[in-house]
Amino acid sequence: MSKRIDVQDLNVFYGDFKAVEDVTIRIEARSVTAFIGPSGCGKSTFLRTLNRMHEVIPRARVEGKVLLDGDDLYGAGVDPVTVRSQIGMVFQRPNPFPTMSIRDNVLAGVKLNNKRISRSESDNLVERSLRGANLWKEVKDRLEKPGSGLSGGQQQRLCIARAIAVQPEVILMDEPCSALDPISTLAVEDLIDELKDNYTVVIVTHNMQQAARVSEKTAFFNIAGTGEPGRLIEYSETTDIFNNPKEKSTEDYVSGRFG
Amino acid sequence: MSSRTSQTGDKVFSTTALVAGVLILVVLFSVAVFLLIQALPAFFADPSEVTGGEGFWSYIWPIVVGTVMAAAIALIIATPISIGVALFISHYAPRQLAQGLGYVIDLLAAIPSVIYGVWGITFLAVELEPVYEWLAQNAGWIPIFAGPASATGKTMLTAGIVLAVMILPIITSISREIFLQTPKLHEEAALALGATRWEMIRMTVIPFGRPGVISAVMLGLGRALGETMAVALVLSTGPLIASLIQTGNSTIAAEIALNYPEAYGLRLSELIAAGLVLFVITLAVNMVARWVISRHKEFSGANS
Amino acid sequence: MTNTTLTRRQSKLTKGRLPKYAAWAVLAAAVILSAAIMTLIGFNAFGWGVLAAVLFTLGLTGISAAVEGARKAKDKLATCLVVGSFLVALLPLISVIWTVLVNGLPGLTPEFLFYSMNGVTGEFDDAAAEGNAPVLGGAYHALIGTLLMTLWATLISVPVGLLAAVYLVEYSSGGLLSKAITFFVDVMTGIPSIVAGLFAVAFFAVILGPGTKTGFVAAVALSVLMIPVVVRSTEEMLRIVPNELREASYALGVRKWRTITKVVIPTAISGIASGVTLAIARVVGETAPILVTAGFATSINFNVFSGWMASLPTFIYTQIITPTSPSNPDPSAQRAWAAALLLIVMVMLLNLAARLIARYFAPKTGR
Repeated sequence: MSKRIDVQDLNVFYGDFKAVEDVTIRIEARSVTAFIGPSGCGKSTFLRTLNRMHEVIPRARVEGKVLLDGDDLYGAGVDPVTVRSQIGMVFQRPNPFPTMSIRDNVLAGVKLNNKRISRSESDNLVERSLRGANLWKEVKDRLEKPGSGLSGGQQQRLCIARAIAVQPEVILMDEPCSALDPISTLAVEDLIDELKDNYTVVIVTHNMQQAARVSEKTAFFNIAGTGEPGRLIEYSETTDIFNNPKEKSTEDYVSGRFG
Repeated sequence: MSSRTSQTGDKVFSTTALVAGVLILVVLFSVAVFLLIQALPAFFADPSEVTGGEGFWSYIWPIVVGTVMAAAIALIIATPISIGVALFISHYAPRQLAQGLGYVIDLLAAIPSVIYGVWGITFLAVELEPVYEWLAQNAGWIPIFAGPASATGKTMLTAGIVLAVMILPIITSISREIFLQTPKLHEEAALALGATRWEMIRMTVIPFGRPGVISAVMLGLGRALGETMAVALVLSTGPLIASLIQTGNSTIAAEIALNYPEAYGLRLSELIAAGLVLFVITLAVNMVARWVISRHKEFSGANS
Repeated sequence: MTNTTLTRRQSKLTKGRLPKYAAWAVLAAAVILSAAIMTLIGFNAFGWGVLAAVLFTLGLTGISAAVEGARKAKDKLATCLVVGSFLVALLPLISVIWTVLVNGLPGLTPEFLFYSMNGVTGEFDDAAAEGNAPVLGGAYHALIGTLLMTLWATLISVPVGLLAAVYLVEYSSGGLLSKAITFFVDVMTGIPSIVAGLFAVAFFAVILGPGTKTGFVAAVALSVLMIPVVVRSTEEMLRIVPNELREASYALGVRKWRTITKVVIPTAISGIASGVTLAIARVVGETAPILVTAGFATSINFNVFSGWMASLPTFIYTQIITPTSPSNPDPSAQRAWAAALLLIVMVMLLNLAARLIARYFAPKTGR
């Protein structure tokens, strides 16, 4: 498991509007990479293009290449469904399926591919995924209860468990803690730290301390002004971005002078 | 303008509004009462004087069955197609086209029922006649396709198909609205797990929309039960029979429309009593449908 | 550039995927194969289309199942069925409009629009059917009847419906009464139209004696069908008027009823007008209630309070069911189709008007 992502000259458009311009970046396997930047700089949009989830948004399209261990996600004949089963995603707001139990939520993705999974096998998988998401102890006695009955932080970890149950190569996280309280945030951050042993994790965050705490490398995105496309300004080791940035605008942002 | 006259204005206006609201309840109530008054003679008449000679209930029974039969055919045909059309507009059609396509389907609802009736009698019945012939010959062993097929095509099945066309836009538009309200969060969650479009619909759209679709079907049923002109024109009525491709059967609404112009005295009471029965049936169906909708509102995840 | 980036090995992401042209190839095969089958058993265009669609669905699903696996095949099958159901739903719409246009246009003459059926007997129709005379008679009386009855129904329904909606939105505090009104308004939208007609009949029979058939009785029947539609649409429109507007008005010391009449209703008026127009469009086409309440006249009657009246829908119905000349129904059918075309045009125009009103007269507040 776990693959490298190479992005080459990627542009993202909403209709005629260019939202993200000319991003070239290499995201290493088994690492945590953080995307930071002010609101509207295109970091979430860019994240979505890494598993083609931007295609859900009307009129969004992409130019350029995204290579997953050398295979272009946008190559001719590539099915977004295949892409997404290899690159999982966790969203800003926790979104467990309301009509499913906790157990069924974890198994939702697995059941798509493997209808006849045996009871013991699925029990194993549920436990493994929930343990992986640091949620097992809290929910092991109520697996058949609806997932929507959990707290926000628990729901988000349930969503992470659901994402890792399908054993993806990469997990994308779009501001996974922005709707959570500090204690839940801490739990999710601990989890991210553990996930990197097995997965490539990419996380978009508004919170610079969070980026500093969880990531090894950080990419800073910025826009020149409203109506301008977002650009990748600087990308390097997280410690360098926060302590020794090369670009002036990076320094302004991480030191809190704007954004 | 003194404050006193204005205060009176407030009182007058609020009272008028209240009266208008209460008036609606009174109207619905009086629909039941007046129908009952005019229908009473039919219930208590000497059985031998009622049409058919065996009392009101044996008179009304076959046409109640016919009504349910026509509505059932309409539902069986219209429900799957409507759900398909609703899904097409909400999740398959290109977004720029979706609204326009919805409007096209709504046009089906705008066409007056009498025109469907005339279309059914002059076009559809004629086109279906050879099909019935074929069914009678090849599938005649199934009771509902028992021959001899009607030579005009004016049968229960034709009437059911016309009704299906008429209730299709009702079921479609409600289902479409519900499907469109499926939380984006859940749809994206399914897609991000690697679900195909159909799997995403199965996982999120269908469970979310199920109560809405059920009530939409109930409303369609209510419409199909009460629809008059299409059946009155298309069906060549007769006694209750099992075959859907022979001349025969009738519905309450068609029975009233066809016999009303020449009715007087007890016959009139019979028809009004039939109308009362229809009223009670549709009222029950609609109340259940509305109850499902209102219950769904409280538990829907649309706002969370 | 293309040379260097061309992948030398097969991408792992494209494994087991049908190429784009596969669907087109299957479609072509299905069309040709079904044409061949139809030629063998007797060709007709409709059967050809249906058979081609079925073969295409089966073929695509089968190939997909073989190459891409069960999941993709199911997805393709679902897509075929969903698109197919939309196409099936379009068939009756196209067929109805086409039939009405083809049959209705020849009869839609000035004579038809400005003359009634007064004095037109079977003999005239027999002559017309033999080609010795033009088709006489028209739907003028029915047109007048439709307009008058709809007008009276509107005059009854709009004040009642509007005020009831005002009560629900502005005055009620969500108590039992308002819940009952909301619920029964919804239930009323499902009353079969013939029952509404019978209600008006029963009501006037008790008050004025049995057998009262006038345009006004029909208008009352139509009101029963119209009021719930008006209440529902008005209620929805009043509810989306932002509360800030009401509070701003109260803060200026304006009384509640003047706030409602001067601020709330004007803000929502375009939506209300559009809802009323749709309600009118609904009752214009009603047949059954008029049949039992207004009878069917063949001559012009401007007085809704006495005498029978015709309407376009009942005109269509009677011309089809009881042709003026039983031996030659064609002239009657021609008149019925012409009336049907006229009616469809009226209803479509009303629907269009409702949409235009909602779009162009919407208040400039909000989004």
